[in-house]
Amino acid sequence: MPFIPHTADDVRDMLATLGAPDIEALFEEIPPHLRVQELDAIGRGLSEFEVMQLMRARARADGTPLCFLGAGAYEHHIPAAVWSTITRGEFYSAYTPYQAEASQGTLQTIYEFQSMMASLTGMEVSNASLYDGASALAEACLMAVRANRRARGTHIRIARSVHPHYRQVALTTAAGQGLTFEELPFDRASGRTLLPDGAGGTRDAGSAHGAGDISAVVIQQPNFFGVLEDVDAVTDWAHASGALLVAVVNPISLGVLKPPGEWGAAGADIVVGEGQPLGCPLSSGGPYFGFMTTRLQHVRQMPGRIVGRTVDLEGRPGFTLTLQAREQHIRRARATSNICTNQGLLMMAGTVYLALMGAQGLERVAQISRARTAQLVRALTAIPGVRRAFSAPLFHEAALMLDRPVAAVLRALAARGIVGGLDLSTLYPQLGAALLICATETKTSQDIRRYAAALDEVLRAPPAAGDAP
Amino acid sequence: MIARAREPLIFEHSRPGRAARAQWPAASAEDERSAEHIPPALLRRRPAALPELSELDVVRHYTRLSQLNFSIDTHFYPLGSCTMKYNPKACNAAALLPEFLARHPLSPPELSQGFLACVYELQEMLKAITGMRGVALSPLAGAHGEFAGVAMIRAYHRSRGDPTRNEILVPQAAHGTNPATATMCGCVAREIPVDADGDVDLSALRAALGPRTAGIMLTNPSTLGVFERRIEEVARLVHAAGGLLYYDGANLNAILGKVRPGDMGFDVMHVNLHKTFSTPHGGGGPGAGPVGVAQRLLPFLPLPIVGRDGGPASAEGGGESESDDRGESDDRGEGQSVRYRWLDERDLPQSIGRLAGFGGNAGVLLRAYVYLRLLGREGLQRVAEFATLNANYLSARLQQVGYDAAYPRRRASHEFILTLRRQAQELGVTAMDVAKRLLDLGFHAPTTYFPLLISECLLIEPTETESKETLDAFVTAMTRILQEAREDPERLQRAPYTLPVRRLDDVHAARELDLAYRERRPQESSDAAAS
Amino acid sequence: MSRIPADLRYTRSHEWLRQLQDGTVEIGISDHAQEALGDLVFVELPELGRRLAAGEACAVVESVKAASDIFAPIAGTVVGTNDKLAHSPELINRDPYGGGWLMRVKPQSPEEVAALLSAKDYEAVAAER
Repeated sequence: MPFIPHTADDVRDMLATLGAPDIEALFEEIPPHLRVQELDAIGRGLSEFEVMQLMRARARADGTPLCFLGAGAYEHHIPAAVWSTITRGEFYSAYTPYQAEASQGTLQTIYEFQSMMASLTGMEVSNASLYDGASALAEACLMAVRANRRARGTHIRIARSVHPHYRQVALTTAAGQGLTFEELPFDRASGRTLLPDGAGGTRDAGSAHGAGDISAVVIQQPNFFGVLEDVDAVTDWAHASGALLVAVVNPISLGVLKPPGEWGAAGADIVVGEGQPLGCPLSSGGPYFGFMTTRLQHVRQMPGRIVGRTVDLEGRPGFTLTLQAREQHIRRARATSNICTNQGLLMMAGTVYLALMGAQGLERVAQISRARTAQLVRALTAIPGVRRAFSAPLFHEAALMLDRPVAAVLRALAARGIVGGLDLSTLYPQLGAALLICATETKTSQDIRRYAAALDEVLRAPPAAGDAP
Repeated sequence: MIARAREPLIFEHSRPGRAARAQWPAASAEDERSAEHIPPALLRRRPAALPELSELDVVRHYTRLSQLNFSIDTHFYPLGSCTMKYNPKACNAAALLPEFLARHPLSPPELSQGFLACVYELQEMLKAITGMRGVALSPLAGAHGEFAGVAMIRAYHRSRGDPTRNEILVPQAAHGTNPATATMCGCVAREIPVDADGDVDLSALRAALGPRTAGIMLTNPSTLGVFERRIEEVARLVHAAGGLLYYDGANLNAILGKVRPGDMGFDVMHVNLHKTFSTPHGGGGPGAGPVGVAQRLLPFLPLPIVGRDGGPASAEGGGESESDDRGESDDRGEGQSVRYRWLDERDLPQSIGRLAGFGGNAGVLLRAYVYLRLLGREGLQRVAEFATLNANYLSARLQQVGYDAAYPRRRASHEFILTLRRQAQELGVTAMDVAKRLLDLGFHAPTTYFPLLISECLLIEPTETESKETLDAFVTAMTRILQEAREDPERLQRAPYTLPVRRLDDVHAARELDLAYRERRPQESSDAAAS
Repeated sequence: MSRIPADLRYTRSHEWLRQLQDGTVEIGISDHAQEALGDLVFVELPELGRRLAAGEACAVVESVKAASDIFAPIAGTVVGTNDKLAHSPELINRDPYGGGWLMRVKPQSPEEVAALLSAKDYEAVAAER
């Protein structure tokens, strides 16, 4: 029997201990008419070999196309030591470290992760991870409303250049608690977020909300278009408006870019982001991990597990889950969040990745990714009908304008084994035929030439009828 | 046994100038020339305080840390309500196939048919197992699925012009996530007592129901480890009052293939794929919390969902899995006519929306899919049978040696509760003391102090994958602990003795917060080191 | 047996109240309550000037295993809080009726104070559990 060790003798002895005639008798408390009659939708069990054959065929069907798509999930090289270490059974098959004395390995790793993330983001404290970057932003919005006692309302100003999925998740998650969101537009020429007229805290013409009503301002660096925002100005404007500044950042970029803790005069208040670029494969969308760091003064408003260093009976150092009175298993209806399971294993991948790369390695990954994106932009914009959408400096993504609808171009590229980027025209209709592309250190100059040649070929064909942008 | 030596922090292994250079990317001559200028105000001035290490330093450090853990692969781990069963390695191997790992979540559908086929079939299988009409896989954990479920209940009432229904009833013994979820969704949680045998107190339920009732959240078998026998009556009462029933899938392992939440009258539920369908818990995640709904909640499912164009008209997903049983190819018997795609706002305009950045924890979904294919329908039913047999056997044996069951008159489901109320009063030995002593004897402790309703409790879930010998060895250890409690209670109160650390001071941890390593190394103070 | 000073007023939810010379009242939690909660690790106090309704949750005391609301025994305005608790929450465990006081409130209507439990009445409440 698959994964069940009982012999016929075992079953007989165990039933005898129970005084039950058969296993069926153990289900006697379930009303008989509710019992499942058939499960035809589930096939017969397969052998491990049969399953692996099936899965290999399914995996092969999708192939390994050349990928120039980022948009929140990035292909970076993952050192072999990352997954060989964290998939050791002692890490892989352990649970949330409730019994601290039997979980020091996991707990110490979390403490090291918290230390690394706090330093990387320039903040004081980190939690042990959240589900993903998008849900981390949703939690940050709820947290900001709890933490900002100066604000009268539950209103969030969020840049339109924040990842559209993140904005949607924040809305889905926070709407139930009455949070309202209003978007800050971006400048069509530079791609940077526009602050309201009279930035500095007075009521701006376009908004129903003035200074003092806003709990938080959300800005992403680099933003969804890969553009570098003027984060100092946004941070100072948020603080002048009595709002907390929530930063959404790509952790790889922090090898080069100023950490949110140093933005503006006072620094960001809550920092969140997608941890996937740190040692986690693209993996069709997950599992990834969200991270969150903040200032010590807000730590009790932070959701998720937190590990602290303490001492044992003999005064020796050790690690344990702490500040648990914030959490659902103790505070129930008044908890900071309902979060329970986090993304422990992926957080571990991020920790081992950062330990291997160090600050210098991380800086290199960031710099080379930036350079490759610049090369890609140069190669693609040399093709007639392709130009940059925005003028501001970039990190490792760029929005390009095409002379025809993007969807058909992407289909033609897919047929050539290239994932050519993301069609922005459904997410940002006002941009027109815009394409979001990305290159990391994993894209060689040969890969870039291959993409440019394919795009050139696709765009040489005349646009199909009615295909004008 | 696990290692006992303390391992220094990774930062303490660091030496200036050391590095794992083979892991760094190589820059080309063109890279040096091509990066665009970044305004200096946006640049990092000091490097992050990350350690400087060789690859061996890193591998040895984390390998040593791993040896300080208990895990399923090394220890019996009867943590109640967490379903810590063995997770077949094939599930990992399949989910970690290179093409699945390299696939970008926003890849076009023409380069995703293999992956989407697995996910679509998983949706169909979960529908069959739960008796629900629709399934969405994107919630990233159980509590995330709970959020989706309660948000759908709210959306349903609102769509009927009944927005004032905001009370969510939860039994006293519910998981903390239930009331926390209600609050997150802008609802008010109201607790309902249970009776002396662990069933919901029907008269209290009747009194609590009313025009404000949005719904009730139940786990069945309940967190007390017993089947809610009057579930149909509960469903009738809640529905008659205009409320909906939410099924918390935490304990689904107990009833797989035996009884379906949809048939019990539930309208919406989540499934903890990582518990019941085999993803290693990874030291606290990842999980996945797909939601299933009955007909009336279909329009509100969270996005995205995998849809299928073409193929058999029936949406019940019967024949397809069968045709796959040969397993020798990707041929689903439908040729090119079948096409899978992500459904979005245009397909489901009333959806509660998006809950995750992408389509869900794909790696966990693939593991669940593989696990279900390995088990098949018979294997599925055996899960519930042997989980229940093991729990009842262990409960009976522990009562024989002198422990008290919280519900001795009831049949245990896949888990059961012992209460040490008597030992606490007579010997001054608590559930925590027993738990810590178990660690010394080589067993992970059961869940302690949950449910809050039962004083000094241990919630024990052996799971179906443990052998009789393991259960018997656990009974032997518990017998020895009871003897120690009588002869030398202080020995228990100061346990554990054989682990890397002794009992940890939680009060010190909370009062003197030390949440991040702060040692500043010399080169950090100098900007020159950054270049 | 926990201490229940005779000169204070009490609530069923285990807060105590002391009338001060200047017409304000001092509020804390009883010895019985601190004992039940165990070692306290954090206290959250209301902001100065906040107006409290009687029975309103106005502070939180936290141990490692529980977080408990403190309810305003009477209606009034917060005129002082015990800032020492921010760094030394253990003062509540050590000296619940003295150094461990939580806040001072200016009552809205002084009659409300008289309606609270006497030490003798509270003794019965504390004995219930």
